[in-house]
Amino acid sequence: MAGISGTAGPAPAHTGPGTGSAGTGPASSGDSAAHAGKSVLGPEEIRRALSRIGHEILERTDGARDVVLLGIPTRGVPLARRLAARLDQTEGVRVPVGSLDITLYRDDLRLRPARTLGHTEVPGSGIDGMVVVLVDDVLYSGRTVRAALDALGDLGRPRAVQLAVLVDRGHRELPIRPDYVGKNLPTSKREAVRVLLTETDGEDSVTLQVSPEARR
Amino acid sequence: MNRHLISAADLSFDDAIAILDTAEELARLAERPIPKLPTLRGRTVVNLFYEDSTRTRISFEAAAKRLSADVINFSAKGSSVAKGESLKDTALTLQAMGADAVVIRHGSSGAPHRLARWVRGSVVNAGDGTHEHPTQALLDAFTMRRRLGRLDGLRVTIVGDILHSRVARSNVWLLRTLGAQVTLVAPPTLLPVAVDGWPCTVSYDFSSVLPDSDVVMMLRVQHERMSDAYFPSVREYSRRYGLDGDRMALLPDHAIVMHPGPMNRGVEIAADVADSARSTIVEQVTNGVSVRMAVLYLLLSGSRGPDEPALASEGDLVPAGERARSAAAAEAGR
Amino acid sequence: MSVASGPGTSRSDLRREQGRWLIRGARPLGGSPADILIEGGRIVAVTESGRDGGDGQAVRDGRDGRDGRDGGDGRDLDPGGQLTVLEAGHLIVLPGLVDLHTHLREPGREDAETVASGTAAAALGGYTAVHAMANTDPVADTAGVVEQVWRLGRQAGHCDVRPVGAVTAGLRGSQLAELGAMADSAARVRVFSDDGQCVSDATLMRRALEYVKAFDGVVAQHAQEPRLTAGAQLNEGVMSARLGLAGWPAVAEEAIIARDCLLAAHVGSAMHVCHVSTAGSVEIIRWAKSKGWRVTAEVTPHHLLLTDELAAGYDPVFKVNPPLRTAADVAALRAGLADGTIDCVATDHAPHPAESKETEWAQASFGMTGLETALRVVHEAMVSTGLLGWSGVADRMSVRPAAIGRIGALAGGPDATRHGCPIAPGSPANLVLYDPEPITPVDPAAQASRSHNTPFAGMKLPGQVIATFLRGTPTVLDGRLTG
Repeated sequence: MAGISGTAGPAPAHTGPGTGSAGTGPASSGDSAAHAGKSVLGPEEIRRALSRIGHEILERTDGARDVVLLGIPTRGVPLARRLAARLDQTEGVRVPVGSLDITLYRDDLRLRPARTLGHTEVPGSGIDGMVVVLVDDVLYSGRTVRAALDALGDLGRPRAVQLAVLVDRGHRELPIRPDYVGKNLPTSKREAVRVLLTETDGEDSVTLQVSPEARR
Repeated sequence: MNRHLISAADLSFDDAIAILDTAEELARLAERPIPKLPTLRGRTVVNLFYEDSTRTRISFEAAAKRLSADVINFSAKGSSVAKGESLKDTALTLQAMGADAVVIRHGSSGAPHRLARWVRGSVVNAGDGTHEHPTQALLDAFTMRRRLGRLDGLRVTIVGDILHSRVARSNVWLLRTLGAQVTLVAPPTLLPVAVDGWPCTVSYDFSSVLPDSDVVMMLRVQHERMSDAYFPSVREYSRRYGLDGDRMALLPDHAIVMHPGPMNRGVEIAADVADSARSTIVEQVTNGVSVRMAVLYLLLSGSRGPDEPALASEGDLVPAGERARSAAAAEAGR
Repeated sequence: MSVASGPGTSRSDLRREQGRWLIRGARPLGGSPADILIEGGRIVAVTESGRDGGDGQAVRDGRDGRDGRDGGDGRDLDPGGQLTVLEAGHLIVLPGLVDLHTHLREPGREDAETVASGTAAAALGGYTAVHAMANTDPVADTAGVVEQVWRLGRQAGHCDVRPVGAVTAGLRGSQLAELGAMADSAARVRVFSDDGQCVSDATLMRRALEYVKAFDGVVAQHAQEPRLTAGAQLNEGVMSARLGLAGWPAVAEEAIIARDCLLAAHVGSAMHVCHVSTAGSVEIIRWAKSKGWRVTAEVTPHHLLLTDELAAGYDPVFKVNPPLRTAADVAALRAGLADGTIDCVATDHAPHPAESKETEWAQASFGMTGLETALRVVHEAMVSTGLLGWSGVADRMSVRPAAIGRIGALAGGPDATRHGCPIAPGSPANLVLYDPEPITPVDPAAQASRSHNTPFAGMKLPGQVIATFLRGTPTVLDGRLTG
């Protein structure tokens, strides 16, 4: 079958708006060729950024009342869980957390062979009347979030939708803006942002690299 | 066979698991307030059914529509086909209409193979003669995995007219690929001469294999077979190869009973067995829609290039400028 | 190969004149090069070739000592008639091939083939005589129809057409056809067959075997037990089980062959087995011959080369009756042909129009064309594998089939109508010149047959027929028809 050659495992390191690492396909997670890249955030900075985002969520949502965190696979999911854990530990607030896969709502499906679906899990509280905070690792063109909004629309009717991202690298193509940002990172389109997280890649880091031309 | 799904025998382990895992995600769709996805919007799926089969056709139709594809139903009765139009001419007509996928059910083994030579879209085999019925085997495997939690090492017993059964063939190949162990049970007249070479065991004694079965799949037996002397009477067949309450009691506690439908209650399966808690017959129908959605999604959502590896969906999408560039590269590079 | 001819002669002129021909340097039966002189439709001299036109041993034919060799300008003008020289260095010469089993489809199915197009294909394949099977529409079960087919063959002039008469009226298998009338007709039928159908009724088969003794006829049986093969599509075995196609078991052929060998022995008649296809059949025939019974058998080129695995894509170009079988069967058939258990190769040339083959397998017609590829396939399957030499090919593709058809060297009747004769002075000049060297793919579009259902399409096969002579007149020259 076209394009079903088993990429069921964890996705490759995020190098940019495209998917997959430097043109070598899914298998090469975390080992892109010569460039180690410039470090943008280390583990400590990531921790602090998430901590700050957690506080901001509490402030702006009246103590995280009626909030649901939905991570966008792949790396948005562990980030959403970390946020939920932080809110629970430091503030004693239990926020439902889940995942929202947007593959089926993408606007660029036909550019590549059929993609493996990620996992969607809406917590038992549902989303009707709730404040959904979408969580993702990098915000770039905004199309992922656009797809997520469409997906949410088919799942129910939130009272409001907000967006939390670890890194905003600019170059928006749609009128989408984040509510919570870990780091604003101006980039050029020839650069790639690589996010690694312990849960998926064994380490926490955000690096900036010059992207090879075979970026996909 | 990258573009098509014609034979379960052609699915690799990875292909099959990908379909089952995708179906798993899509199955949740039914629980949503709006059980519809925009994914195949703009794609046209044609149901080309030469054999009457409301159930399978509706299943494919529901699957296509839930993915927002357009569906055209083409049944043999009362159409140009009934007037003698050849399969080739029908195929060329569908091609001219812009069918992205043709789901074909036909009475002749090999009809999907022929069709695939004349259409540019994807061909999905919904049952050809006595050859294969791959989506049935996939939904059967999906059902087994859901109910019993695994497929590897599962002991599956398939009972009935194996010789003429496309469901049996597809299941034998697919289950073997997925690591299950298959036993076929039938009177010798209803087993192919070459069955010894198939990746399964054979038994003529139904009762003896039941205690070691995790799954029992009953196949429909047609009355016409009796007139060709495959077995002397329905009564004798039912007594020796039917699944009644007594036989069901021989099964291990966790074992499930399956049937592709439609059933001959009282012949191959007793009514109380069909309605028991072990029976998966109704959920097989539901699972059929999810599995067929998965098949249509995997065949139609992406680009058309047989050798491109799949990539996981990840993070933000490609900005428009990049899209145009990579689309051009995709065109040029193929 | 070159043809040097006098001024003003066209190919068709060459063809129509029964002129004088000198075939120079060809190798009869693959042996040493020889020069063959043809005159008046006969071979008049066969002389061992020297190198560079030098002296060789001349075999005199009792005439005025002229042996046809020229002094150097490529032509020898003989007041007795124009001599054409054909330089045939390294070409193999065989007696003109004789096909015991061809379907010319006329009358009735002229959309698939006609006597003219079918015999043209035959000539291009090196054949000088073909036996046209009786399952036409109307069936060839009367003197009238067989004479019509015979005449059409003469008119076309590409090769001799020997009509086969049906055994039963209308091929219905219940009543004998007028076998005597057909034997006495201008077509002089000697081979009778219901091919397409099996004469399955044992009593009827017995009667037919007895009846033809009166005129030295032979019954050619299409061995297929009808009840065991109802709806059958493909050899019953691993492939049919996997592909979900109804099986055609080997026993359905073998059981009939065994029965009919015993019947023929019992009534003291001759029986010929059409298109043997299984290893078991070969064994049964070998046993029958060991008893001295008058059983002969044929095998098709496709059964010597192809197996049922080709059906995997459901392309009906591989659908044929009897079906393609397994590699073990192919091996047994080759061994049987090599040791003479199987007497001859017969094409069972079965042309079908495109729409009969461009459809689902179960709906498609059975049959493959074969006249134009037969010699090349036998070359590939038997000569290249070392199982048979060229003299063996001559025996299996010309001498024996001619004998079985009662048109061979020892047959009665005017000897001008004989085929399968030795390449020696006195024989009718029915010859084929074959170049064994080129290896080219088979191109259905380039074939003379009206139909293109060849299973060898695109396959690389050795050899090429360069010229065919029918009683001293070339029907094919330079690989092309002359008329």
